[in-house]
Amino acid sequence: MRVLGLETSCDETGVAVYDTAPGRGLLAHALHSQTALHLAYGGVVPELASRDHVERLVPLIRRTLDEAGLGVADLDGVAYTAGPGLVGALLVGAGLGRALAFALGKPAIGVHHMEGHLLAPLMEPDPPGPPFVALLVSGGHTMLLEVAAIGRYRLLGETLDDAAGEAFDKTAKLMGLPYPGGPAIARLAAGGRPDRFTFPRPMTDRPGLDFSFSGLKTQVLLAWQRHRDEPDAAADIARAFEEAATETLAIKCRRALAETGARTLVVAGGVGANRRLRERLASAARADGFRLAFPRPEFCTDNGAMIAFAGALRLAAGLADDAPLHVRARWPLESLPALPAG
Amino acid sequence: MHVLALDTTTEACSVALIVDATAEGRGGRLRERFEIAPRRHAELVLPMVGSVLAEAGLALRDVDAIAFGRGPGAFTGVRLAIAIAQGLALGADRPVVPVSTLATLAQGAVARRVAPGDRVLALIDARMGEVYAGAFAVDDEGLVRPLGDERVLPPGVVAAPDGPFVAVGSGWDAHRDVLLASWGRSPVADDGDALPRAGDLARLAARELAAGRAQDAARARPVYLRDKVALTVDEQVAARALGSG
Ligand SMILES: Nc1ncnc2c1ncn2[C@@H]1O[C@H](COP(=O)(O)OP(=O)(O)O)[C@@H](O)[C@H]1O
Repeated sequence: MRVLGLETSCDETGVAVYDTAPGRGLLAHALHSQTALHLAYGGVVPELASRDHVERLVPLIRRTLDEAGLGVADLDGVAYTAGPGLVGALLVGAGLGRALAFALGKPAIGVHHMEGHLLAPLMEPDPPGPPFVALLVSGGHTMLLEVAAIGRYRLLGETLDDAAGEAFDKTAKLMGLPYPGGPAIARLAAGGRPDRFTFPRPMTDRPGLDFSFSGLKTQVLLAWQRHRDEPDAAADIARAFEEAATETLAIKCRRALAETGARTLVVAGGVGANRRLRERLASAARADGFRLAFPRPEFCTDNGAMIAFAGALRLAAGLADDAPLHVRARWPLESLPALPAG
Repeated sequence: MHVLALDTTTEACSVALIVDATAEGRGGRLRERFEIAPRRHAELVLPMVGSVLAEAGLALRDVDAIAFGRGPGAFTGVRLAIAIAQGLALGADRPVVPVSTLATLAQGAVARRVAPGDRVLALIDARMGEVYAGAFAVDDEGLVRPLGDERVLPPGVVAAPDGPFVAVGSGWDAHRDVLLASWGRSPVADDGDALPRAGDLARLAARELAAGRAQDAARARPVYLRDKVALTVDEQVAARALGSG
């Protein structure tokens, strides 16, 4: 089954075609990032994001189909992100996707953006299967989920304040680094000393799988104000922050695996691109004997491929969306229908 | 020619199918669905398309073009209209015809209350103390033609067309007193409750299509008129400095 995927939930326009036939997989994908557009505004402006999606979407769809060597008539279904996200932005991809499916007489499906992220590692060769624990770490989310089956998600823990990516971004900002802060901090940290500063590992000293990153950011601010004029302070603080953030994530992942008895951890979302996090989880996997799976770095952040993939799995299982077109700013992952077993 | 038309740019949601229209937008059999349904356009519009096509016994591929209300209007509604039109156009391999929402509104007035030679001023409430405004003449075929550029502006500076004219739309309804005071004269007829209808849009689109002005879906653009929607960080700083100075 060949499925077109459209992602327009925030500030990336993503398009892809995924084929569920054995040996096929992802046929083509294209992405337009609006980061430059929003830079001057100091953050994503929803109205501008929506306007840009309208201009980008049709050319990106044509390019993706060309690359896959397909015409629209070769598609067996259309998947679009239906939430959570910016409603105006979601409506662009959802409206176009649903109308396209209508015109083709093919099924359509509204995909949960976070399901897209958490299934993204399963697009890689030799994919892991459920049950597993998923760590979703992006600019807007930090959560641990138990995945009993595709579509059966249980929230184990989430952040009580800032998301992990947000903590990277805010830390970068207070140190005068450019947006997005994650990659900038990571680059700086690579040349920093791990032992000059030590920041707390929030909420690791008590049971539970929730996170809190806002206090960490305050600690960084204090250190930065006190030491900013000293040599290597920026790199050493960035390193210490990265150590604290990634170790906190790793501790909770190990705890989640122990609590659920799962033998596999999948990691998705923009912070999943962080090299230090990957190293830490890899050594934990060796020590504890669990399997670790990441999407390729370009599919850690928002993209159309994960929507095509998640949509294709659902459509192939017969779960087309016949209800009236509807997008949602909020949408609990736990409310999704599970895929029929088999 | 057959034209499918849709409009979701105001609180109304409507879809029309005109079958065997002439180039003048006349003749032909018109089927229309129209519902005042704020915030429900997304769920209503495709079922409406399905319903007019089924009633006419046509498939989407049988239409020559897909016309849509390209704005101005509510931003989200304007985008929904173009997104739906683009999706239908891609799937059916048909061109699209963007049509002004103000022209559509004015065309509605023609059918109902315009005398020969009268002009139409279409006004849509743009909130924030402004209106979207467009003035139109009516040609021999009974179709409206723009008399100038459409604009977004405060009601106090909207010019009345020369000669007798009809005023329509939510902008007229919301700012009637200010408009009358600045004009010093009254329209010969008016309708503050008028909303754009896809049937009127379809007639205007038939003329555009006949004139070779249909477009590829990728080139179609919405028209918001209000293009400054956010302040850059520098502008925010400047505005704060002004405010506190
Ligand atoms: N190498 C990295 N290290 C840490 N964080 C990163 C890295 N690369 C990206 N990020 C962070 O990932 C986030 C973006 O990820 P994404 O999945 O697109 O999130 P969202 O869509 O929720 O903003 C940003 O907060 C960014 O700083």
